[in-house]
Amino acid sequence: MNKQLTIEQFVASLKSGMTIGIAGWGPRRKPMALVRAILRSDLTDLTIVAYGGPEIGMLCAAGKVKKLIFGFVSMDAIPLEPYFRKAREAGGLDILELDEGMLQWGLKAAAFRLPFLPTHVGLGTDVMTHGGFKTVQSPYDDGEVLLAMPALKLDAALLHVHRADKLGNIQALGPDTYYDEWFARAADKTFVSAEEIVERMDHSYPEDARANIVERCFVHGVIEAPLGAHPTSMPPVYGWDMKHLKSYADSAREDGGWDRYLAETVGADEAGYLDRVGGKNAVAALPLPIF
Amino acid sequence: MTTAPDFTLCEQLIVAASEAWRANGELVATGIGPAPRLAAGLAKLTHTPELMMTDGEAWLVEDPVPLGPRGYDDRKAAGYLPFSRFFDAAVWSGKRHAMVTPSQIDRFGQTNISYLGGTYDQPKVQMLGARGFPGNSICHINSMFIPAHSKRIFVEGEVDMVSSVGYNPARRTPGVNFSRVDLRLIITDLCVMDFGGKDNAIRVVMLHPGATFDQVQEATGFALEAATEIKTTPAPTAEQLAIIARLDPHNLRAGVIKDNPAGKRN
Repeated sequence: MNKQLTIEQFVASLKSGMTIGIAGWGPRRKPMALVRAILRSDLTDLTIVAYGGPEIGMLCAAGKVKKLIFGFVSMDAIPLEPYFRKAREAGGLDILELDEGMLQWGLKAAAFRLPFLPTHVGLGTDVMTHGGFKTVQSPYDDGEVLLAMPALKLDAALLHVHRADKLGNIQALGPDTYYDEWFARAADKTFVSAEEIVERMDHSYPEDARANIVERCFVHGVIEAPLGAHPTSMPPVYGWDMKHLKSYADSAREDGGWDRYLAETVGADEAGYLDRVGGKNAVAALPLPIF
Repeated sequence: MTTAPDFTLCEQLIVAASEAWRANGELVATGIGPAPRLAAGLAKLTHTPELMMTDGEAWLVEDPVPLGPRGYDDRKAAGYLPFSRFFDAAVWSGKRHAMVTPSQIDRFGQTNISYLGGTYDQPKVQMLGARGFPGNSICHINSMFIPAHSKRIFVEGEVDMVSSVGYNPARRTPGVNFSRVDLRLIITDLCVMDFGGKDNAIRVVMLHPGATFDQVQEATGFALEAATEIKTTPAPTAEQLAIIARLDPHNLRAGVIKDNPAGKRN
């Protein structure tokens, strides 16, 4: 068993029209190398599910997104994602806006192979009005009416972590693993890029097995992508690149700004990307963000 | 008698805002933005030490983390509350009181951070999305901090997209348990309000020195109630000012209110 893929093999295993979940949280530990591979591909008509950061703006600007299912889209220190705003304000982007808690609840429903999970959340708000959610009544004495959060079944989930082995054992070391494990369990196929790929995790990093956020039966492909979260953060190894995010955000106000970012920064390949954004050493030395 | 130090209006508001968490007990005090965060820290370090708090990343801390640049490892973790546990442990369990700054608030206490103007399919101004507001508002205590009281924020009709639940009877779906909706204080640059009016109507309970009820009403898009006895916002004590300064070594609070006006004594 060897689940290692090249980034080309990874992108070739996706199809237009798929529903793809992108793990991470805002500008934190996003699988950006995998997202850039999608940006360079012919894939289109995607439904994207995410706690969104810059990947959402990029995929929208590149015309890859048919529908966006999101709890928020933000780059933290730059609160509003400019290309996401542009796409929304232009109209025509199909969306399902969720509460953050509803999103993980929908992933859990999919993971548990349930049609829905009940919750209070969303009731009394316009998330309910616009989302077309239905309610259920508790069959017990309380008789409470609850929102039935439908399963968010994913065709594919994309994660970026610190380490993976060829069997699909992965380790995410940062202080927070967000809802990555639920994206993985909600998906038919999960692709995990990693800073480092080893033959066997038990031979290399057995002492960190608690960082194995999701079991390998939920991991279908592992892709080596050193510094593959750039420009988002990868604690405890490197921080986000706020200077880069700022110039990316500024490009949204320039004529042809996105086309330039796509051609000159995303460029033709991932190896060249790191050189274009300042080199491996500079990215690896980015300080961790302070909250 | 020693002369109390000078203070800014923002510092006066931080002290008033910290009162929101008084006697809340063991729950997570979350202040989003510089002034609410300082207010939460001040509450924990003065009247309500039982409060819990995070470093804004993943760790529970017993010493509130100062704002702005610092050494990454300066904060010492006492516990763990990452986003991956946040709904289980803090939000859906009701063990939290958040103070937030929405873009719009209506007379029912419903708020909006999603978009302004236009439609759901094509907003005029897209903002963050509803984030955690629907869940926060139906599960735990919430307060608000508004640094520039105006009709743009306190809107005449309903907010453009109801991101958080308030006390609007028209949106009270039958059979739903809204009993945990618990809106406490709104602190603005003019006054402090609560939801103690008729049917949870918003009511002015405290005016900052120099502000009048009429001035507050003039800056609000809906009719406000007035508490039987409207108090005057107290001046911060030297101890409170020292704590605020220690929690905000880079003086980020100076940017919260336009031109950072001085506070006033009664």
